Amino acid sequence: MLGFMKVKRYIGGEAEVIISEVVEKIRKPKRYRIPEIDEELRKKRTRSEVRIMAMARKVGVATPIVLDVEGDKIIMERIEGEAVKNVMDEEVARKIGEAVAKLHRAGIVHGDLTPMNMIYNNGKLYFVDFGLAFHTHDIEAKGVDIHVFFESLKASFENWEKLKDAFIEGYSCYERAKEVLERVKEIEERGRYIDRSKYEVNR
Amino acid sequence: MIALGIEGTAWNLSIGVVDENRVILVEDRPYIPKEGGIHPREASQHHAEVIGELIRSVFSKIPPQKIDLVAFSQGPGLGPCLRIVATAARALSLKLNIPLIGVNHCHAHVEIGRWMCGVSDPVVLYVSGGNSQIISKKGGRYRVFGETLDIGIGNALDKLARYMGLQHPGGPKIEKLAKNGRKYLKLPYVVKGMDFSFSGLVTASQKLYDRGERKEDIAYSFQETAFSMLAEVSERAMAYLEKDDLLLVGGVGANKRLKEMLKIMCEDREGNFYAPPTEFMGDNGAMIAYTGLKLFLKGRETSIDESFVKPDYRIEEVEL
Ligand SMILES: Nc1ncnc2c1ncn2[C@@H]1O[C@H](COP(=O)(O)OP(=O)(O)O)[C@@H](O)[C@H]1O
Ligand SMILES: [Mg+2]
Repeated sequence: MLGFMKVKRYIGGEAEVIISEVVEKIRKPKRYRIPEIDEELRKKRTRSEVRIMAMARKVGVATPIVLDVEGDKIIMERIEGEAVKNVMDEEVARKIGEAVAKLHRAGIVHGDLTPMNMIYNNGKLYFVDFGLAFHTHDIEAKGVDIHVFFESLKASFENWEKLKDAFIEGYSCYERAKEVLERVKEIEERGRYIDRSKYEVNR
Repeated sequence: MIALGIEGTAWNLSIGVVDENRVILVEDRPYIPKEGGIHPREASQHHAEVIGELIRSVFSKIPPQKIDLVAFSQGPGLGPCLRIVATAARALSLKLNIPLIGVNHCHAHVEIGRWMCGVSDPVVLYVSGGNSQIISKKGGRYRVFGETLDIGIGNALDKLARYMGLQHPGGPKIEKLAKNGRKYLKLPYVVKGMDFSFSGLVTASQKLYDRGERKEDIAYSFQETAFSMLAEVSERAMAYLEKDDLLLVGGVGANKRLKEMLKIMCEDREGNFYAPPTEFMGDNGAMIAYTGLKLFLKGRETSIDESFVKPDYRIEEVEL
């Protein structure tokens, strides 16, 4: 690209992300999985990432604008700012809640809601990494979406309980918030009390 | 210092004896169900029947007066099995007049893996019958960063095996069949951030069997799908936590294909893959003894009053 900015390269959970004036996200083949699985996943995720980023923006959730897609590579606008992981507080958590409410109202489930996948800049919150996102009105899927977020809060922040409450405050503007949050509780319990009678032999 | 540890959260009743430097001995008395999966009551009856003989056998190899402390698996696990183990451990502690230490079973898997592989702060993939979790240390505690939303991977393998008419335990049989699989049959791949789910995968595989597909191809497709999911969430956790070491623990860790995939994943991101010897991957007494010893050296002890069993004991609750 233009080359006047420092290039940052990031090997994420599934993609390589090169940050310069623009951001290139490349889903390279994963050698550990067979091509039948690998190719399908990479194609599917790249396509749905582009589609859902645009959808999210339409319902008022800020996402990077896609500049080009070629094969397994997405070229998108670079968002300036800090990873939410580094600037998290109750105010930010509440804003995240409001944004996720908008996504869920539109039937968008992000699929990997963690503070690493959100960028904060001067009070404006952006979401990235829609590779695991999909469209659904299923309560369970929305519940899992939030469960994943809560787990990531728990794992990263000492004051996760406060952050969780702030998120809920923001999320509660969604008409079905109560129903989804009930389900989140149920999912948590399920994890905590795996039915041990199903505990089976394996060696 | 010499520690004796009793493991008995589920199918395997096992006693291990270790000191700070090595495993002195391990003896197992596994419960093997006649059919189907584990029946908690039957498993605990088995443990109750053999535990006296197992302790005598261990003491014929190492004199009881040499033991400095007794550790036991306090949970998570099957309540009836846990009670047998706790009772035996309390009795030994009183009789030999040595300290008692309750150990979290998942914590023990992680600690013996770290010990044997000499790795200090890894992302841990813990895969067994009932558990499948991504664990790592954060803020002086172990935390679960991702886990199954329904059943454990071992459980899923066993379920599929049983459906295809294979004897318990199913994991090794699926592994063997998979070696002769040739055709990949499409199966649901379910990853949600660092969480994942296997029950849909089992159901879809069972349908393939009903449809008359070859067992070998089903086993192959199942493993490739399930293990790709595990490798993916492990990699996501490594990226998220910015850690370069991955440690595999738990009974399903014996699977060679799973190990191979994780190794390749780590290589490709310039990380390191570790797995302890297979005999220390599944449930064993040495891991309880070692973890108990480690905790004791940090000043921990469990009084008889606090030694009640914890069937739902989470690794996050452990004070390190
Ligand atoms: N458009 C963007 N602008 C600025 N930074 C970005 C952008 N997209 C991604 N990033 C940064 O790169 C990291 C990895 O990108 P992400 O899409 O989350 O890939 P992965 O799926 O590998 O996690 C993000 O956590 C974020 O810090
Ligand atoms: Mg990401």
